[in-house]
Amino acid sequence: MSESSSTRTPTGDPGGRSSSVTTPPEVPISEQPASTAAPQPPASEKPKKVRPGDRIFQNLTTGAGIFVVGLIGLIGLFLLIQAIPALKANKADFLTNHGWSTSDPANMAFGILDLLEVTVATSLVALVIAMPVSLGIALFLTQYAPPRLARPFAYVIDLLAAVPSIIFGLWGILVFAPTIEPFAQWINETFSWFPLLAPGNVAPSVRGTIFTAGIVLAVMILPIITSLSREVFERTPTPHIEGALALGATRWEVIRTTVLPFGKAGYVGASMLGLGRALGETIALAVILLIPQGKNFDWSLFDGGATFASKIAANYSEFNNEVSAGAYIAAGLVLFVLTFLVNFAARAVIGKKGE
Amino acid sequence: MSTTSLEAPATTPAFQQVSLARKVKNGFATTLVWFSFVIAVVPLVWVLYTVVVNGIKRLPYSNWWTEDFGDVLSDEVGGGVVHAIIGSLLQGLVCAIIAVPIGMLVAIYLVEYGRGKLARATTFMVDILSGVPSIVAALFIYALWITTLGLPRSGFAVSLSLVLLMIPVVVRSSEEMLRIVPDDLREASYALGVPKWKTIMKIVVPTALSGIVGGVMMALARVMGETAPLLVLVGYSAYTNWDIFHGEQAALPLLMNNERVSNPMDPGSVGFDRIWGAALTLVLIIALINLLATVFARLVAPKKK
Repeated sequence: MSESSSTRTPTGDPGGRSSSVTTPPEVPISEQPASTAAPQPPASEKPKKVRPGDRIFQNLTTGAGIFVVGLIGLIGLFLLIQAIPALKANKADFLTNHGWSTSDPANMAFGILDLLEVTVATSLVALVIAMPVSLGIALFLTQYAPPRLARPFAYVIDLLAAVPSIIFGLWGILVFAPTIEPFAQWINETFSWFPLLAPGNVAPSVRGTIFTAGIVLAVMILPIITSLSREVFERTPTPHIEGALALGATRWEVIRTTVLPFGKAGYVGASMLGLGRALGETIALAVILLIPQGKNFDWSLFDGGATFASKIAANYSEFNNEVSAGAYIAAGLVLFVLTFLVNFAARAVIGKKGE
Repeated sequence: MSTTSLEAPATTPAFQQVSLARKVKNGFATTLVWFSFVIAVVPLVWVLYTVVVNGIKRLPYSNWWTEDFGDVLSDEVGGGVVHAIIGSLLQGLVCAIIAVPIGMLVAIYLVEYGRGKLARATTFMVDILSGVPSIVAALFIYALWITTLGLPRSGFAVSLSLVLLMIPVVVRSSEEMLRIVPDDLREASYALGVPKWKTIMKIVVPTALSGIVGGVMMALARVMGETAPLLVLVGYSAYTNWDIFHGEQAALPLLMNNERVSNPMDPGSVGFDRIWGAALTLVLIIALINLLATVFARLVAPKKK
């Protein structure tokens, strides 16, 4: 009996069935909650009876939602709690010191500046390479590829994301680096007057450098940027495209005047997600990057070094006492905050477009 | 020629007739776009080729699949990776057992119940969680499980950190699948007086099941390739260890890293063969899981008329 009122409220779409029929394909995947404000449960005359099963189930699912919301806070909180003792024992300035010595818990001096610089440098190299390429791929998959082949081609790109990162790392240092070594050497020698391409701190080797790592990292973040950009480009309104075609635009002009303006925000957001992924990439970089002996990062792409994540991964053996581990947890906390901010900004950019 | 002036448009058309410059530009763009796709395929093929060519050497031997490295010297040919396969599968399985229910409940919450601020916050946090680096997830479990609770490093701790990485993937794919279940089905069920929770469990979820399982398998394949949590949360053991709660436990990525650190990586050396053999094994397992996901999705897919 009491179902008569509940038949309407619980459906997935608060707009009710009749109005939702026209829209479903247009609903942006990432923007679902936009439609939340609408429904006031119909003011029922008599108080509705809720079945215990329903109440339990609703509480269960809501609890799971709250759990996920709380999880991020918990991560930050626990990392912070564990980092504090190490930060207190730190004899150097955490934010501005280049060195990192934590092996003796009683005498620790560590700072993140070098890690931060290497992390940013590798990620930027990766981003600079991956952004244009994935723009090209996304355009290819949505606008150029024969429609029958677009799906399998997209699957091929997604396969890149399925390859474990340690395999990328091993391939990068054992196969890729030796192959491009002559090329890297040539660039390094020819343009050594340019600070970014000066001889690095792991010279004479040009294999385990930020240059190599950045290229491998670019391959790893390609599928992320591509898949999201593709999703956005696909939603370019057909009338826009047809309008441009009707005006006699070439295919490239169609893209420039309709697809790109429409998808710009999505593309930028996707690239920032890729950046977030690059910042946190761990084992591939730990495998590739050489650690220079007693030298700091000096803003050359042919430097070695360690990022936040690869530093932690390379020194897991120091996780034997709480204070040393705390130093790495502090670095992890900085990485967490960094990726949080980048992801936050990315979602904000993408979300704004959806409205 | 002379008639054109009569019908000249009020403003110049946005696009002039296709001049050579425009054709060149268009052709150039087309080339670049095709080229960028090729650029992306090259590393994929190259990586897979490397893995297969270098890894195939040891795989045909039966002891690769039935023995561990426990009784083999680090530079001795022989032994197998069964200990790492067991570890990888166990850790992945335990992770899935924890992450799938949570992820699905969150997805159901978002699709069926979620309204207002909490739902928005949940969506947002799932997005953020999917961007958390695996090493941070590992450090969190380290801080929680090992330093705060004082429990030992174990395969289970690895599973817990993988849960953090798996939940957002499960939520995203399940949510997408639940949303495309037609409202008609829900309403038909309500009209028959079926309670909401039963409608969800018996009508909505089964309808979306094929897609959900596919998403779960993909997520599983993804987390099984993770290395960072293994480094921090469990030690490598060359012996088979079935106990996920106690002792050191190998996993394929961990084995690869261990061989990388402890053995010289010259082509043809034992360490080299082991690393690439393990890499190929890992790729095969991931491919198998993905294949199973596809087959299963076909099997349970709702019949179409």
